[in-house]
Amino acid sequence: MEPFRYQAPQSLTEAIELLAGDGDPRPRALAGGTDLLVQLRAGSVSAGLLVDVKRIPDLTGVVLDGDGLRLGAAVSAAEIGEHRQLADSYPGLADAVGVIGSAQVQGRASVGGNLCNASPAADSVPALIALGAQCLIAGPSGSRTVPVESFVSGPGETALARGEILVELRLPRPPPRSADAYLRFTPRTEMDIAVVGAAVNLTLDSDGVCRAARVALGAVAPTAMAAPAAAQALVGTRIDEEALARAAAAASAACAPIDDKRGTAVFRRKLAGVLIRRAATTAAARAAQRG
Amino acid sequence: MAKIHVEASVNGEPVEFLCEPRASLLEVLRDELGLTGTKEGCATGECGACSVILDGRLVCSCLVLGVEMEGRSVQTIEGIASAERLHPLQQKFLEHAAVQCGICTPGLIVAAKALLDHNPDPSEEEVRFGLAGNLCRCTGYDKIVRAVLDAAAEMRGQT
Repeated sequence: MEPFRYQAPQSLTEAIELLAGDGDPRPRALAGGTDLLVQLRAGSVSAGLLVDVKRIPDLTGVVLDGDGLRLGAAVSAAEIGEHRQLADSYPGLADAVGVIGSAQVQGRASVGGNLCNASPAADSVPALIALGAQCLIAGPSGSRTVPVESFVSGPGETALARGEILVELRLPRPPPRSADAYLRFTPRTEMDIAVVGAAVNLTLDSDGVCRAARVALGAVAPTAMAAPAAAQALVGTRIDEEALARAAAAASAACAPIDDKRGTAVFRRKLAGVLIRRAATTAAARAAQRG
Repeated sequence: MAKIHVEASVNGEPVEFLCEPRASLLEVLRDELGLTGTKEGCATGECGACSVILDGRLVCSCLVLGVEMEGRSVQTIEGIASAERLHPLQQKFLEHAAVQCGICTPGLIVAAKALLDHNPDPSEEEVRFGLAGNLCRCTGYDKIVRAVLDAAAEMRGQT
């Protein structure tokens, strides 16, 4: 690994100064490091300065209140899974972070890092899109908020400009009779990367009719993406067989997958429909239980 | 690159060391502190041979920088047994012959301890999933899973 400098600021202001400063041309924020340290060791990325963000309170907090969730970008997957109330409120997000890597990886890997690593196959990103998450970004010229589906602009590329840092994810409070679900296909049962990932978040009314839905897919396009046509196929239905079939077809049609070592484009398109059908069924069952 | 002075706790003892920013916790443990029980396998976070417990959480020490340790506490395989007595997991790994070449064993024992710390009564499936981040190329895992389940039962006072 090439040498780099290391700083562990205790405040956001200090972190932004370090990331924006002209002291080093290649600063990188370090959260869990489960992607970044591997990439640095492999020489696929380089950095002159690592800014460890795990000692900044803004990035390590979990606030769950009447407005929803504010999840610090550096909070680990393990902490999310162990936060009973969080995992109960956003079960699809818990599904997603619970399949990232191993227990060891989840002990370090963060949702913010999963997002900033900008892999098309990142597990937490479809779940965040389905939940309507907003990204709070802070930088030298102030703060801004972007919808999570606009945060990743391509494989390995994000909306972050020089000196900017992802501070937290903001998730709206789930309305009554709402629930989300995430699932993915991998050839192995664990320690693998999604061939396709699928997230569904929906709201039922007291008669069991779906009143709102958000659907998102991972690993079927250069970035994780919303699939509004698939969501629309669920709204106004009781998530019955016909609605599921239409949602599955819409999800398959929305994909723009590639052939790679994990799967062919044809397989991914088929899988997207199958997984959206299953995720919608799980989300609907969870939402009904909350009735 | 200038070395950074770090104060941390290792197996309950305060330690100080100097390390380059790029040195991993694994390298610090082995090369600076002489704790060679923690092994290097893949150095990419996939094999679990370097597992340690950092502030109560299981992590791969190859994916932690030594400089990140300031003020933190880590438990390694050397801190699992108490004085002259093996930890039940170590004893059961011996009894069940869950050790063959031995390179994965420290990581598996540490990972199993972290698992049982959080879940004292795991199912076989939970053990298998909980240890999915630890690769063993010798045993086929069955003996390891049996050893962990047996140790868990003993630790619950059920044997």
